[in-house]
Amino acid sequence: MSAVQSVVRHRLFWPVVALVVLVVASTLKSPSFLEIAVRDGHLFGGPVDILRRSSVLLLVALGMTLVIATRGIDLSVGAVMAIAGAVALTQIAASPNPGSLATVAAAIGTALVIALVIGLFNGFLVAVVGIQPIIATLVLMTAGRGIAMLITGGNITTVTSQPYKTLASGYWLSLPVAAIIAGVVFAGTALVTRRTALGVLIESVGINPSASRLAGVRARTIIWTVYVVCALFACLAGFIRSADTMAADANNIGLFIELDAILAVVIGGTSLAGGKFSLTGTLVGTLVITTLTLSITILGIPANAVSLFKAIVVIAVCLLQSPVVQHRMRARRRRTAPVPVEVPA
Amino acid sequence: MATDQLTRTRRGGAATGALAAPRRWRLDDRYLPVLGTLVVLVAMLAIGGSRYENFLTGRVLANLLINNSFLVVLAVGMTFVILTGGIDLSVGAVVALSSIVAAWMLTNGWDAVVAIPAAILTGTLIGLAVGLMVHVFEIQPFIATLAAMFLARGLCYLVAPESIPITDPTIVALARTRWGSDDGLVLTPSGLIALAVVAVAFVLLHYTRFGRTVYAIGGGEQSARLMGLPVARTKVLVYVISGTCAGLGGLLFAIFSRSGYALTGVGMELDAIAAVVIGGTLLTGGSGFVLGSVLGVLVLGLIQTAITFEGTLSSWWTKIVIGGLLLVFVVLQRLLALRRT
Repeated sequence: MSAVQSVVRHRLFWPVVALVVLVVASTLKSPSFLEIAVRDGHLFGGPVDILRRSSVLLLVALGMTLVIATRGIDLSVGAVMAIAGAVALTQIAASPNPGSLATVAAAIGTALVIALVIGLFNGFLVAVVGIQPIIATLVLMTAGRGIAMLITGGNITTVTSQPYKTLASGYWLSLPVAAIIAGVVFAGTALVTRRTALGVLIESVGINPSASRLAGVRARTIIWTVYVVCALFACLAGFIRSADTMAADANNIGLFIELDAILAVVIGGTSLAGGKFSLTGTLVGTLVITTLTLSITILGIPANAVSLFKAIVVIAVCLLQSPVVQHRMRARRRRTAPVPVEVPA
Repeated sequence: MATDQLTRTRRGGAATGALAAPRRWRLDDRYLPVLGTLVVLVAMLAIGGSRYENFLTGRVLANLLINNSFLVVLAVGMTFVILTGGIDLSVGAVVALSSIVAAWMLTNGWDAVVAIPAAILTGTLIGLAVGLMVHVFEIQPFIATLAAMFLARGLCYLVAPESIPITDPTIVALARTRWGSDDGLVLTPSGLIALAVVAVAFVLLHYTRFGRTVYAIGGGEQSARLMGLPVARTKVLVYVISGTCAGLGGLLFAIFSRSGYALTGVGMELDAIAAVVIGGTLLTGGSGFVLGSVLGVLVLGLIQTAITFEGTLSSWWTKIVIGGLLLVFVVLQRLLALRRT
């Protein structure tokens, strides 16, 4: 097999092609798209903007990748984001000194503990009670926003707190803090799943839960863990999103992000049927979706049409990855390739 | 492992009971979830009736059906898909698209005779596309319908980014017509259409070969295929049915709101799925009833009504109550499934 063929056959070939096409199209339309400038010691420009905007989706999609790898799905991430924002911001708003670092740390801690409880609840329903993941998490997807509304009392709580705001719009080492958080979480997840046996264990649970249990894998604990991790990552994403507007809008924070996250995971080549997962694939998928959203504004297409283009990308990527098309393409390649001479034995 | 022991003794008990009195009338386990839904519905009606004046009047009950007629139609379509073990996330977006197509055609001089079938057909076409994606390209239903959802929403904005009011006389007449006494039980054309859809679905699912194939696929696709059942055709058809129901639901919504708007039906697919689950249909497929889904819709509608009657409760309690109810029913189903195996 030639090098070209192995590149084309690679799982991430088509998603990366999609990403490149988007970037090229945007650069043609707006030549300054790829320029990076340094202003006040901070990096500015299209690529940095994409990184900053990708952070929320990347955090959610990372957790989703692990959940999907165990043959699950977590629909409650958007609601968890809303709850995280609501808890953190109401606590900061209620404190006498909203600008202090201690207040913000305490608020973040409380929200993380609540996310932990949510993750435990989802994991309990899936791993112990044995309810289908899509329904088990649908419960909180439905009720979660109601709970977030309950926390904010139905208001959009707005707060001014410099340390909290830094999470979304701050810069550190001339890079956006949000992107650094997402990057650190990505690296940590990659390290833990790929440099220890955990990744393989998660995949084995996704491929066959009962067989891996018989082989001595604690399937129940692993399933429980991925839902907790997913809720915690979604909580972090909720902090960034709510710090962006400094308002706990329970109805809109993270609305439909679960679908975007699933999309990012699927574009990245992880199968919804569980088993093998690719964190790099999820990163590429996230970048494709964020760049798509950004490119559409640059190309002058109405922002509302984003979902149409998302649909086209998903359908195209899924069709190209589908077994039927793969088979056809392979068959055609075999026909056009020079037929190897068979040596009679 | 407490549940295992529980089921073992329970099953043993049931077995000896059956031996002692073999002809004793026993309720089929399959009906238990639906009965549970019925009990919840009756209990809610009773509690509501004792708490609020005018809760148990004909008007409130009639409005329950009229205000939820589109959801009834959606839930019926969703039942078919879920019975085969699939799921349809596109119905909410298809409702919006269908209502916009109807509104757009009517404001652009098309006759209602053309616009009404076109709105329904929009749903059918999207359902067909989803069915083919699922069957021919073996894309998981979740992803195929997710793509269809994005597609339908995008098309909505392409056709009309703003809300279009409908002034067509036929639609206005359909919206205004009321049969029955004004303060008693009333029926509207929308309610009648919903009831007709339920009746057709009931016959289709329980008294035809197609219906039995749907159950067989949900029970085990491989086995159904080995038995020589038309699995491929049926799988495509359930998505066509769901799409058509969503198209019809969109039309009913257009009649109900007398407008078409791209943002209608956001999250409606989840309401439909919740109604089907509360109605006792197993999400793994193979077990459930159309009438259960209708009861599920009525329970959801009644929660909304009760919260409106309560007055002091804020609307977000609806979501929390629906979530809680969903949890109870799902756990109940799981326990029943454990008992059966």
